[in-house]
Amino acid sequence: MRYLPLTDRDRRDMLAAIGVDSIDALFADVPGAARLHDLVDLPTAKGELEVERLISQMASRNVPAGSVPFFVGGGAYRHHIPAAVDHLIQRGEFLTSYTPYQPELAQGTLQYLFEFQTQVALLTGMEVANASLYDGATACAEAVMMANRLTRRGKAVLSGGLHPHYREVCETYARFVGFELAAQDPVPVADEDLAGLLGRDISCIVVQNPDFFGEIRDYSDLARTCHDSGALLVVVVTEILSLGAIRPPGAMGADIVAAEGQSLGNALNFGGPHLGLFASRDKFVRQMPGRLAGQTVDADGRRGWVLTLSTREQHIRREKATSNICTNSGLCALAFTIHLALLGETGLTGLARLNHAAAVTLAERLTRIPGVRLLNRAFFNEFALQLPSPAAAAVDALAEKGVLAGIPLSRLYPDRTELANILLVAVTETVTADAMDRFERAIGEALS
Amino acid sequence: MNDWSRAVSNRAAEDVATPAVTASGNRGLQIEEKLIFEQDSPGRCGVDLVEPPSFRARLGGLERQGAIGLPGLSEPQVVRHFTRLSQKNYAIDSGIYPLGSCTMKHNPRINEKLARLPGFADIHPLQPGSTVPGALALIDTLAHWLKILTGMPAIALSPGAGAHGELCGIMSIRAALEARGERRSRVLVPESAHGTNPATAAACGYGVDPVAGNRRGRVDVTTLKAKLDADVAALMLTNPNTCGLFEDQILEIAAAVHEAGAFFYCDGANFNAIVGRVRPADLGIDCMHLNLHKTFSTPHGGGGPGSGPVALAASLAAYAPLPWLVHGPDGLELVEHKTSQARRAIGRLKGFHGQMGMFVRALAYMMSHGADGLRQVAEDAVLNANYLRVRLENDLSASFPGPCMHEALFDDGFLKDTGITTLDLAKALIDEGYHPMTMYFPLVVHGALLIEPTETESKASLDQFADTLKALAAKARSGDAAGFHASPRWTPRRRLDETAAARKPILRWDPQAVDPEAEG
Repeated sequence: MRYLPLTDRDRRDMLAAIGVDSIDALFADVPGAARLHDLVDLPTAKGELEVERLISQMASRNVPAGSVPFFVGGGAYRHHIPAAVDHLIQRGEFLTSYTPYQPELAQGTLQYLFEFQTQVALLTGMEVANASLYDGATACAEAVMMANRLTRRGKAVLSGGLHPHYREVCETYARFVGFELAAQDPVPVADEDLAGLLGRDISCIVVQNPDFFGEIRDYSDLARTCHDSGALLVVVVTEILSLGAIRPPGAMGADIVAAEGQSLGNALNFGGPHLGLFASRDKFVRQMPGRLAGQTVDADGRRGWVLTLSTREQHIRREKATSNICTNSGLCALAFTIHLALLGETGLTGLARLNHAAAVTLAERLTRIPGVRLLNRAFFNEFALQLPSPAAAAVDALAEKGVLAGIPLSRLYPDRTELANILLVAVTETVTADAMDRFERAIGEALS
Repeated sequence: MNDWSRAVSNRAAEDVATPAVTASGNRGLQIEEKLIFEQDSPGRCGVDLVEPPSFRARLGGLERQGAIGLPGLSEPQVVRHFTRLSQKNYAIDSGIYPLGSCTMKHNPRINEKLARLPGFADIHPLQPGSTVPGALALIDTLAHWLKILTGMPAIALSPGAGAHGELCGIMSIRAALEARGERRSRVLVPESAHGTNPATAAACGYGVDPVAGNRRGRVDVTTLKAKLDADVAALMLTNPNTCGLFEDQILEIAAAVHEAGAFFYCDGANFNAIVGRVRPADLGIDCMHLNLHKTFSTPHGGGGPGSGPVALAASLAAYAPLPWLVHGPDGLELVEHKTSQARRAIGRLKGFHGQMGMFVRALAYMMSHGADGLRQVAEDAVLNANYLRVRLENDLSASFPGPCMHEALFDDGFLKDTGITTLDLAKALIDEGYHPMTMYFPLVVHGALLIEPTETESKASLDQFADTLKALAAKARSGDAAGFHASPRWTPRRRLDETAAARKPILRWDPQAVDPEAEG
């Protein structure tokens, strides 16, 4: 087998060196009743060519976003990833290294994590960011739990504009970790009275910007009201590229930012792996979850990096840790860092502008179709359209014509009939003028 | 260039062991590299973008004010920067990476190639199900392989890594207990467990009740039985355990746990030792996470992403988190909500459907090995660990007698009275060109050195590693403590001051901050 270097002769020699006559002797501690004597009922070994053939056949049955006019977003966005990103993250020294527990052998990983943390802090307008979490949804749940610890309160308010998966993850954690949630109903582009829900038991209010329906809002007043009430403001961002165009959560007074970083450097991957971003204020750093890379000096006084403040973490603190997280999204963070390094200030703001321009253009064209209404007042690269008929039917009809039109809200809110006619449409720089033409034509036909 | 990184401390100049300082600060192939923020030239950019046609912005007056502060670099600078950084890393591609409990094995490149096929990498989790049948088939096939290998009837696929899988398992157990109308308050965790185990139990609202080990490095069954009562929700056991030993009384343990009405959770981090030779279901386990980034070779990526599917017994399957993948009348379909069939699901643990990119890699790995190859994986992993154990047993101090499974545990007894610690030995090993073993874990022996070679090391590689360790042990006995304390010398940085890093944390680049070296 190509991945196994030992030859039969090696195995015999090694067994002899160990002083046993068969490999079975080394499994002697396994109770007899639990020993498998035969192979399990699965196919036997295959060469690389055969494996490639079998798995490629599965891949070929899917419709890749890049092969059709594509407008699906909802927390995962298709952007162009420069070729250098994937080339660099596949360098074996990055790809096949472990968590940097031995800093002298992992300065490469530690330095890029330090750069990543700095980029995330700059982008979100926060003071400090960690070295990543699994994804935006789990980052959101971690943010609520951190707010609970900081305020010693046990109830969080979730805006109805929060991504429904994020809300559901919070609900799962709430049930088992033991905290309460006041989750508001999803009413697209409505003005919620979240401040009115504040009280002595509320640890934080969680809002999303742009929200799940694409709407952008200023949360500065809400931040102040939260702080007056001893609560924190948690801002979720599911399209991190938006921060190339709009005012960041830090500038609005956010205390914790939980975000999804997939848009930079990372492919859609059918939903994973993605990249949880987590940022906060310096004064809260000791309650943050996850790993942190920090600057220090070596024995010669030279600048270097280590993992730091580990006394928050499970491998040191065990049952008193701030989170149970261990493995995070290191390589996805590297992809993010490289993509953002390539973009820089000019590229990021330019890319954000391209996305916004494309979204505005398409929104204006689609709202010329009779019966189609744009719900948003302000949006970045995603918007909600009210259709005259169920959006799921339109999406299916367009899929038949080779157009992936967006997300019918019924997929995420099957019980809310009032949302059934709403279609969520995302437009990025990857959408061509021809794709917009085809979308406009196809949806016009589907609705007529 | 690189004036900031020159060695400036006087101590270094006096230390004869330190290589001479070069004019550039570089040392041959070890190139100093500034942060991207220190290479900024405003306006420079590593991508070329078109200008959009004129449009009326719809940002609601919330345009960003002022600069973000991101540096401008060209593509060649970015490529060089990250290439140089990569050269400061050790990796499984460069050599043996014997971190115990981490299973750092070869990462086959066909897996990378397949995960990047547009049919997997460029599909959206919320595009219509009719456009992703192949993706669903791949997930279903992966689940089938994992079910056969574990003997368990259900697999929860969404957890993002091992610790997330633990949460999934303990939440499912709590849901099952609550469905029985029981509120139990404790989880038993052996003292040798990974830190994630007690952290997970605590996160799920349980008190953590530690269970001591016996002199053979296993759970003390008498102690365990004494703790088992109607208040215990679960036992979280790692098997093989973190001492590298198979819990040989596991059937008795499982029976006792079930007798008490509790569930048996197994941390599957060490599944590599038994894959294809032992099915966890046959050990009486109710629930076990699998680290696809360990046993099934998906790359660890410097700290993730991982994937932690959880195998569940029939008694827990109904509580598996959303989404579920089910065989419907029209083929495979995702159940994304608590509909009638999934009404008891614990809910969602993660956005979307799980770590698809890792699923592709893990399935490619399993198909490559097949039933026969996977069994050989376990056998070679165990053989390699025992070979190292025997080669080292006269020079290091084995913590427990007899054969081990996939990893060999030593303590620092052999360093007694040398003035040299486990950490010093590890740092000396770095100078010899090796990544050290896991240090100071498990906590049940003093100064632990936990060595897991994995099955992808050749006999020659093991021999070289063992010879080096033996030589270091001899050097330690010879009284060369100063040499150990000064190591590592040949790395891009020498020993780093972790205490200073934690005392005054610098967690991001700050243009205003004074460089510590500039002060020197």
